[in-house]
Amino acid sequence: MPTIHLENLIKRYGDVEVLHGIELEMADNEFTVLVGPSGCGKSTTLRMIAGLEDVTEGEIYIGGKPVSRLEPKDRDLAMVFQDYALYPHMNVARNMSFALRLQKRPQAEIDQKVKAVAATLGLTDYLARKPGELSGGQRQRVAMGRALTRDAGTFLFDEPLSNLDAKLRGQMRAELALMSQRVQKNMIYVTHDQIEAMTLADRIVVMHGGYIQQQGTPEELFKRPVNKFVAGFLGMPPMNFLDGEIVERNAGVFVSGDGFDLRLGDEKAAVAKAHSNKEVILGVRPSDLVFDADASEQESLTLDVMVSEYVGAQSVLLCRCGPAKVMVEVNSETPVALGQRLTFAVNPNGMHLFDRQDEVAI
Amino acid sequence: MRRAVANRLTPYMFMAPAVVIMVIALLYPLGYMVWGSFRDWDPSQTIGEAEFVGLKNYVTLWHDPNFRESLGVTLSFAFFVVTFEMFIGVGLALLLDRNIRGMSVLRTLFILPMMIAPVVVGLMWRYMYHPTVGTFNRVFEAIGLPKVDWLGTNALMSVIIADIWQWTPFIFILSLAALQSLPRSALEAARIDGATGWQQIIHIKLPLMMPVLIVTGLLRLIDAFKVLEVILVMTEGGPGLSTEILALRISRTATEFRELGVAAAMSNYLLILLLFFTVSMFAFTRWQEMRANRLRTAVEEDE
Repeated sequence: MPTIHLENLIKRYGDVEVLHGIELEMADNEFTVLVGPSGCGKSTTLRMIAGLEDVTEGEIYIGGKPVSRLEPKDRDLAMVFQDYALYPHMNVARNMSFALRLQKRPQAEIDQKVKAVAATLGLTDYLARKPGELSGGQRQRVAMGRALTRDAGTFLFDEPLSNLDAKLRGQMRAELALMSQRVQKNMIYVTHDQIEAMTLADRIVVMHGGYIQQQGTPEELFKRPVNKFVAGFLGMPPMNFLDGEIVERNAGVFVSGDGFDLRLGDEKAAVAKAHSNKEVILGVRPSDLVFDADASEQESLTLDVMVSEYVGAQSVLLCRCGPAKVMVEVNSETPVALGQRLTFAVNPNGMHLFDRQDEVAI
Repeated sequence: MRRAVANRLTPYMFMAPAVVIMVIALLYPLGYMVWGSFRDWDPSQTIGEAEFVGLKNYVTLWHDPNFRESLGVTLSFAFFVVTFEMFIGVGLALLLDRNIRGMSVLRTLFILPMMIAPVVVGLMWRYMYHPTVGTFNRVFEAIGLPKVDWLGTNALMSVIIADIWQWTPFIFILSLAALQSLPRSALEAARIDGATGWQQIIHIKLPLMMPVLIVTGLLRLIDAFKVLEVILVMTEGGPGLSTEILALRISRTATEFRELGVAAAMSNYLLILLLFFTVSMFAFTRWQEMRANRLRTAVEEDE
């Protein structure tokens, strides 16, 4: 499949610049997820790749060929829209075959293609129905079926699951993951939901304010976020942030703040040494805090439990640490009473430090 | 017991004033007209004095070549007018459905003809069609084209043109509204699916606009059968009977020929024709509602 390359992509509406030089290279058959809060420019980027928005500056290359002046139909791509965008007056079969019919392919080939795709999506019984006669999940499937029947080189998804209810969304997410393994195409997927991003992506691109914040595999982004925004955006429940200061002592390098005084692991200490006495933000994921009554003070946080949210096997504790609030993920079997003061050991590899000025990771 | 009866009657009592007004303002004249159509009725007589002749007026009319001619003129007027107005109105809407600077001014200009009183439209066009001093023939003369006998030999065409000028905006604004309420994403999906501009119009835009277009067309058709003032002012039905549409013939039968019974019978023929279109319009909207309901229940059963 052709690789896609975005070169210094800029989008302006009048005087307002909404995308500030997007630079992105996608590998062959990669599932790329653009993720970010609403207004971050992810949908605009996707729509520019699709050809539905003009490119103000920069260039889009598909398979090495500049395409930013081409019509959408000449870019060899298929797209799934948030509201499905089915043709309401055509039945499912005709919706799915529209592109092929426009290309004047032989009827036998069209029928066979539609049949095959409908079978894989479980739509065979609904081919004669119109979109109005289908439930949300079925419409979503037809939208995907329409893209699949096209047999285009690149698939674009614009928040395809956000109109579904939570249960159906989980189910369709799994089906999407299966589909992407099976069809082996370039996929570009836009979402504001970090769980979709984490579960589906080969590569996540986190966007914010019209800039790419960081890109990489889900694991890279989760373990080594480059700034506080990425750290806080990925992961559920979100990362805890505590204001502190780096202090160098005989016993080692510490990060110290109101209610905590933690010794950094050797690896982290070597980096942090150069930033001695700097004001920093300590980031710790709720899952990197482990209930351990015997942990020493320099490797643990002591927290006052305020609220316990029972989720099932896990519970999320909302606690207080000095002026800050800290969330902790614990096994629901852990005996916890509200108002209790508990000690949680901090995973030394789970401590993230960010400069308090520019919020960049140290 | 009495209370229960009173309670049951309450809604009817509330409706009564409206029913009374409807009967007086609508059913009474209508009944009067139907009743009069069975009589040989001169305006100098009261309806009671007029002789009852049964269906004679209807039968006479049916065999009257002048009436048939008039009916034919009405039908071809309505047919051409609605056809051209639909094509031009929808075409303009498709062309102007975009964001260009000054578009709102342009749209307002386009719907101006509709706001002018029909009599004024008639007078305006009569002057423009004038054989020697009219705008058209003077322009034709200036650019070296032969003069056209607008309101003479080409009278029907001329009144059709005037009506198209006045009523195309009606179809234009309704089509434009329909176009702008189309789902944007479906059109974007069509672009990605490879549809050219024309293919988008034929496969997506027109089919989705169709319900609005059908109702608009029927409304125009009903109106076209009733047109009177413009033609009255422009040609008075002439030359000969060439532009004498039914409404005009009805008014002349009543006032010039003093045959109220025949005029009433003619009105009833027209009424039956219009009723047919109105009922088919209601049937169409009803059918659409039922279809929408059926779809909704089908979806609910699935979930």
